[in-house]
This record gives sequence, structure tokens and C-alpha cells, in this order.
Amino acid sequence: MELPRYETLLVDADAGVLTVTLNRPDVLNAVNEQLSADLLDALRLAEREPAVRCLVLTGAGRGFCSGQDLRDRAGVGEVAYGESLRRRYNPIVLRLRTMEKPVIAAVNGVAAGAGCNLALAADLRVASDRATFIEVFARIGLIPDSGGTYHLPRLVGLAKAFELAYTAEPVDAAEALRIGLVNRVVPHDDLMPATLALARRLAEGPTRGYGLTKRGFNFALGATLEATLAYEADLQTIAGRTADHREGVTAFFEKRPPRFEGR
Amino acid sequence: MTYANILIEHDDAIAVVILNRPKVLNALNRATMDEVVTALEALDHDDAVRCIVLTGSERAFAAGADINEFAAATPVEMLAGYRFQQWERIRQIAKPVIAAVRGFALGGGCELAMLCDMIVAGEGARFGQPEINLGLMPGAGGTQRLTRAVGKARAMEIILTGRQVTAAEAYAMGLITRVVPDEVVVETAKDIARQIAAKAPVAVRLAKDAVLAAFDTTLEVGLDYERKLFYLLFATEDRQEGVRAFLEKRPAAFRGR
Repeated sequence: MELPRYETLLVDADAGVLTVTLNRPDVLNAVNEQLSADLLDALRLAEREPAVRCLVLTGAGRGFCSGQDLRDRAGVGEVAYGESLRRRYNPIVLRLRTMEKPVIAAVNGVAAGAGCNLALAADLRVASDRATFIEVFARIGLIPDSGGTYHLPRLVGLAKAFELAYTAEPVDAAEALRIGLVNRVVPHDDLMPATLALARRLAEGPTRGYGLTKRGFNFALGATLEATLAYEADLQTIAGRTADHREGVTAFFEKRPPRFEGR
Repeated sequence: MTYANILIEHDDAIAVVILNRPKVLNALNRATMDEVVTALEALDHDDAVRCIVLTGSERAFAAGADINEFAAATPVEMLAGYRFQQWERIRQIAKPVIAAVRGFALGGGCELAMLCDMIVAGEGARFGQPEINLGLMPGAGGTQRLTRAVGKARAMEIILTGRQVTAAEAYAMGLITRVVPDEVVVETAKDIARQIAAKAPVAVRLAKDAVLAAFDTTLEVGLDYERKLFYLLFATEDRQEGVRAFLEKRPAAFRGR
């Protein structure tokens, strides 16, 4: 797979895992116009490329992502916010959520504002013990955008979501784990090895089945039980036709581990 | 009859007509529409067929008219050309036609889907009348059928902005009957077709006719029309079979008589 070069990202592909590293370490990987365009492009690549079976999103340097770059005029100002979200951030969040492959955020440091909410839009979060999460918006009178109002209450419950959004206080890694904001916390130096081990395992999994699982969760978050059950029946019909399903059943009867190919 | 731009598959009493120019997102050129109309009329006369599914390919039901074909056309050429008169022949098809939409149903593609009796769509389907973006407007029924389907305000917004409508929105507006995962759109349409194919064909035909009449007449005339068709069905053998089977608690065997 030919990997593109980006001004604001590092990308690396290995063993079915595409690792995308936000790479503006001097500004804690703040999102400027270029970075949002690069990230959307990289997400399209990850979605389109069959060799990519798991996506890891992380940050270079001390921070994961400090959110909108307030020095970048394109995204700041009373008129610019709505337009900037619709054009730049919303497509990124939607793509993370609808891409039918596992997405893991490896949160290496501060994740603030839109940066925090990008991490929340991933399927799974592995955090360094130095990671902090800040819904910083209230400090400047704004609301948790980039999917924050959607994901935050679903992850931590409404009461905790209000607390984090209203106080805009940092949540450290241990607290994030306790309230269900992240899946795991690991010592800082273990972050990438631990995340990549998980990512490689998922990249060897039944990618279509994972993708359909994600589609099912997305649907169920906005639907009734009755509609969800009907939807599950459709998804299972599709999953039942995959080569990986046949391989899984065959491997079960042959008492060996399955070799999934992601189709 | 062999076709160059469409495929036809038969599955018991169901016929599936597939627009088959995926490379051009099933752009509806004159040749393709000729074949669609010819095929639908032939299937309408085929006694073995009771319900028809019209579908496209994975990425597009039909992404609109073939722009190359009319880019240089004069009004007189357009008037003499294929577009409007011929499309209306689809309206005369007596058997139910179900559109199974994956991907884009834009412009002429949206109008073709709306010419069908119902639309089943995949989640990734996108509907729209983007003609306005080319300095045009819908010309194959879009202003009339979309307005009847979703109401004036929503039709205005869609037609005047040229924006695309998602399957979920289209469902909420009543433009389509079902939204399912893209992978099972055609089989869902066929499943509905199969249910319809099991009913008494004459009753299905007259019921379709009566529903379509609702768009063209006053309520009073429509109700009168409905009653007459209803009485007419009492003359059919299938009506007697249907009642008998119901009383005998067995499935009815309708024969279309």
C-alpha cells in the first residue's frame, strides 16, 4: 500500500494496522485547517483500503490533541464556528464512527476540546497514565462540539457529562478509567506497544463482522428495541454470508484457531 | 429480447429489472430508457410475472439523465426527444413495480424511482433533484411526484437547493417505505414483491389503480372509483377462492381470474 505524505500527520502501516499520528507537537497537535484536511484524507484512505483492518489514532509529543487551533483564523470567530464544524470536524467524526473497521485512540497526553471529542469518537481508547481529558469549551463559553454532546453522556452518563462539560476541569487517566471514559490505562512508555498489540489482534479479526457490529451499535443508539432487533436480523444475514463466518465455523469444528481474512 | 443496458432476472413470479451501466452510475440515456420501458411493458404482459422490482447497481440506482446527450440540445430537439412522453408509459404498467435503491437516485434517477409504486432503499441511498445546479429543473415528473410524496415545503427545499436527501430523511418524509442495510436492499424488495405476488392478481391490479387515482382526482370521484372497482372484484373467481380459503383456514390459491 502506497502511503501518502502529509504536512501535519505521520502515517504508518504495519500488519493490517494503519497508525495515524497527529504531528504538530509544538502546539500539542492543535487542529488547523491543514490538519483537519489531512486527517479527513487519511481517514478516507483507512476506510477505502482493504489492507487496513484497524486504525490507530495518536498524537506526537506531549499531547494527543489540544483541539481547534485558536491561532488559525479559519476555525475561530462567531461566524466561523458553524461553518468550520460542518465542513471540517463533522465529516471527521462521522467517518470515525461509520468506518466499518475498529478505531482505537491511543491517548498519549492532553486531549482537550475537539481533541478530547475526537478521542471519544473512536471505538476504543487506550490511555497513557499521563493522559488528561478536558471538555474545555465552557472556559470560552462554547459547547462540546465534534460529537461531544453525543458521545460524552453515552460514555459516562448524563450527570457526569454535565459535570465535565460545566466545570471544564481536567480528568486524569485513573479517573477516566473509573468513569468509563477510556478502556485501559497503561504506563506511558507502554502506550504504543500495548495499543499496537491490541490493534494487531483486532486486525486479524473478522473485519466485516466487526464493521457490521459497529453499524449495529450506531443504529441501536438511535432506535427502539423492536427496530434494533429487525436491524440485527438484516446484519446477521449479511454477516452469515462472509467468508470469515465460514472460516470461523470450519475452524471451530477442526478445533483450530480461525484465519480470518476480513471478508 | 436481449438488452444492452439492462439485465432481467426471474425468480418465480418476481421479475427483477437491473439498470446495468454501473461505470456511468446508470445515467439514463435514451437507449437505456427505451429498454426499461420495453422490458416493463413486456413483463406487464407476461402472465408468469406478478410483481416487478426495478434496481440499479451498488453505487447508484441511477445518477440522473445522461448529460452528454442533451448538453447541446435545442428546445425543439428536447421536445422531439425521448424524455418525457416515453417515461410516462411506465405509469401505465398495471403490475406493481418496486424500486430497490442503492446509492444515488438523483435527477432522472429520483424521478424514475418515484414513478415506481414504492421505494425500498439502502441506508447509503441518496435522493435528490440537482437539476437546479445546472440551471435546469426537474423535467420527468420531479416537481409533481416529489410534491405529492413529501408535500410542498419539503419538495420546494429539495428542488430549489438541489441538495441530496439521505435514506433516513427520505423515510421520515414518506418518500420511501423501508430503509435497510445496503447489502439486503434487493432481497428486501423481492420479499415485499413475493408477498404481493401471492395475492389475487386482479385485486392487486385494481388496488394499485385506485391508489394512483387518488393523486389525480377529487376525493368524491376517487371514492366513487374505489367503490366501483371494489364491486367489480366480486365478479372474480379469486374472490370466491379467497373467502373460501379463509373460512377453511388454508392459504388461498389465486389464479388471476
